[in-house]
Amino acid sequence: MKALCWVGTNHLNVEKVPDPEIINPRDAIVRVVLSSVCGSDLHLLDGYVPSMREGDIIGHEFMGEVVEVGREVKKFRKGDRVVVGSVLGCGGCWFCENQAWSHCDNSNAHAALAEKAYGYPTAGIFGYSHAFGGYAGSHADFIRVPFADNGMFKIPEGVKDEAALFVSDAFPTGFMAADMADIAPGDVVAVWGCGGVGQMAIRSAFLLGASRVIAIDRFPERLAMARTHGRAETLNYEEVDILEALKEMTGGRGPDRCIDAVGMEAHTPGLEHYYDLIKQQIKLETDRPAVLRQAIMACRKGGTLSIVGVYGGFIDKFPMGAAMNKGLTFKMGQMHAQKYMPRLLDYVQNGDVDPAYILTHRWPLERGAEGYQMFKQKTDECVRVVFAP
Amino acid sequence: MATKKSHVAAGLYGDAHTPATGFANVNVGTTERIISAAGGALLTYYGLRERQASKPLGLGLAALGTCLILRGASGYCPVNQLVGRDSAQHSPSKAIKIVQTFTINRPVAEVYGFWRRLENLPQFMQHIESVEQLDERRSHWKANIPGGLLNVEWEAEIVNDEPNLLLAWQSLPGSEVDNAGEVRFLEAPGDKGTEVQAVIHYRAPAGALGHGVAQLLNPALEEMVRSDLRRFKQLMEAGEITTIAGQPSGRGRDKG
Ligand SMILES: NC(=O)c1ccc[n+]([C@@H]2O[C@H](COP(=O)([O-])OP(=O)(O)OC[C@H]3O[C@@H](n4cnc5c(N)ncnc54)[C@H](O)[C@@H]3O)[C@@H](O)[C@H]2O)c1
Ligand SMILES: [Zn+2]
Ligand SMILES: [Zn+2]
Repeated sequence: MKALCWVGTNHLNVEKVPDPEIINPRDAIVRVVLSSVCGSDLHLLDGYVPSMREGDIIGHEFMGEVVEVGREVKKFRKGDRVVVGSVLGCGGCWFCENQAWSHCDNSNAHAALAEKAYGYPTAGIFGYSHAFGGYAGSHADFIRVPFADNGMFKIPEGVKDEAALFVSDAFPTGFMAADMADIAPGDVVAVWGCGGVGQMAIRSAFLLGASRVIAIDRFPERLAMARTHGRAETLNYEEVDILEALKEMTGGRGPDRCIDAVGMEAHTPGLEHYYDLIKQQIKLETDRPAVLRQAIMACRKGGTLSIVGVYGGFIDKFPMGAAMNKGLTFKMGQMHAQKYMPRLLDYVQNGDVDPAYILTHRWPLERGAEGYQMFKQKTDECVRVVFAP
Repeated sequence: MATKKSHVAAGLYGDAHTPATGFANVNVGTTERIISAAGGALLTYYGLRERQASKPLGLGLAALGTCLILRGASGYCPVNQLVGRDSAQHSPSKAIKIVQTFTINRPVAEVYGFWRRLENLPQFMQHIESVEQLDERRSHWKANIPGGLLNVEWEAEIVNDEPNLLLAWQSLPGSEVDNAGEVRFLEAPGDKGTEVQAVIHYRAPAGALGHGVAQLLNPALEEMVRSDLRRFKQLMEAGEITTIAGQPSGRGRDKG
């Protein structure tokens, strides 16, 4: 089959690879119908996630059709239309049992590697480096789905492929961001980053009771999307001083809840950006935490910072004093797909949310490398390019 | 309880018997041989893996690994010969202990019960090919060192069995492999299942060389015990052992 492989930093290539096979009894094989890019892939592409190997198939946000199931797969049959969560969970460990799927003890095939990096191994993620299990990703004709009964969900009748697709990753991530933020009725929520994840966080914040959402980015088309589809108020950080503007818009209190949907490759106008970029490039810091710093300063006293933007290693100039003395709560993590997906499919089926609006480009897989280049440079108003192998 | 403890201690620390050598014309003791072979294969494996990642360190590890395998498989060590050292006889060897712990989200009785059926062990002990229960206490073990370079068999005996609490064994005198170990099962607080702790004892070859070998190999052996226990946890909790071996990539089929 063909698959989009990581060759090296900023180098992807469509290659011919063997077809996946059932390896374990709980595996299924899915024919990929749609497979999306995600901001997380940019961290791989840019070389900020170690333990990538030449030839790794990337991609983790996908839906498709079941073509084969292992003998221990109980809930699915050949022909089922499914959406698959990007995070793998065994279903039997204490974490999975408690719905903390991305903490699964058993789904990381390279647990020892992850353990060295983070103290304890975290769950496997499709197409997301060997520290996260080394699983072959979804930018391919077919994909092996381990623990299929836990990670796959049938797509209800009437829900179109393009909408179901984002229940795999962008929607549950945005939803978990809002969920972790502990939004109380009437709260004002600020969301940094208006990519697919940020867009979904905006919608989710309203679903969970926010009275207002203020979305921050610099790309006009993304800000426009946040306004039209998300009913958010928007701020362009290249045009205004974010701290001043947020204060102004919240009666001088600051937003009650702050969501970081940007992560380790934040961009900032001015010197701070170069300070972090240089440190990152000479490996003195692995992640650029500009959004984190800003959110800590902006958040109202006693507020919550919910972080779904991905960080990989170490950060610099973290304003701990502000966080501590203002009594902020930090919540963060890779998302627990399996916990949220049934609920999100309901939202989609009921028409509460149609996440398909974040799909801006639909391309054949052959144009994979080009698609990532566009997504990375945010050209042609690209929010998410989706490959149809 | 007290008598039981001392019994275990005597068995576990191997003070009660000295490992048989069984080989007339070798200058490497059996334990050392096994460890050499296992460690050698591991080092070769890691060494090659490192080399694939194009780090110069890899070559050195691979070479050292091959040397250790030769030494383990043939029972003859050119280095020992050179320094006039003979660890096959009367060597005051050093007891080394490996401890690894995992919490398994299953009831104690189930976890203990699975382990107690020794025939189950090869399902998660990567280098054990088979275990055959001879009677209540004695069992016959077959191991396969990575790469099929060395196959060994030995007999072991359960020296302490406290259901749902503890299981201790040691290889029988005259066995080709000298090891002893115990697994403890403890109910984890907060309804988190069972804490499983494995304690493995083995004897490292004596002297400076032996010390060096042990220092080099101990992390690899620790890793081996740890990965076996991890596989045990996966089997108990997920019903299968997590792997990517055989999946596709731009490199062909992954080895894992
Ligand atoms: N936690 C999880 O499980 C999970 C899952 C999916 C994605 N993610 C992470 O979420 C983040 C966003 O993903 P995405 O797919 O939306 O990516 P994306 O690249 O499409 O969007 C990121 C957006 O952040 C904006 N941005 C950059 N610097 C900013 C700043 N200083 N202030 C405000 N906005 C800024 C960019 O302009 C861009 O629009 C990534 O870090 C990704 O790794 C996490
Ligand atoms: Zn993602
Ligand atoms: Zn699990």
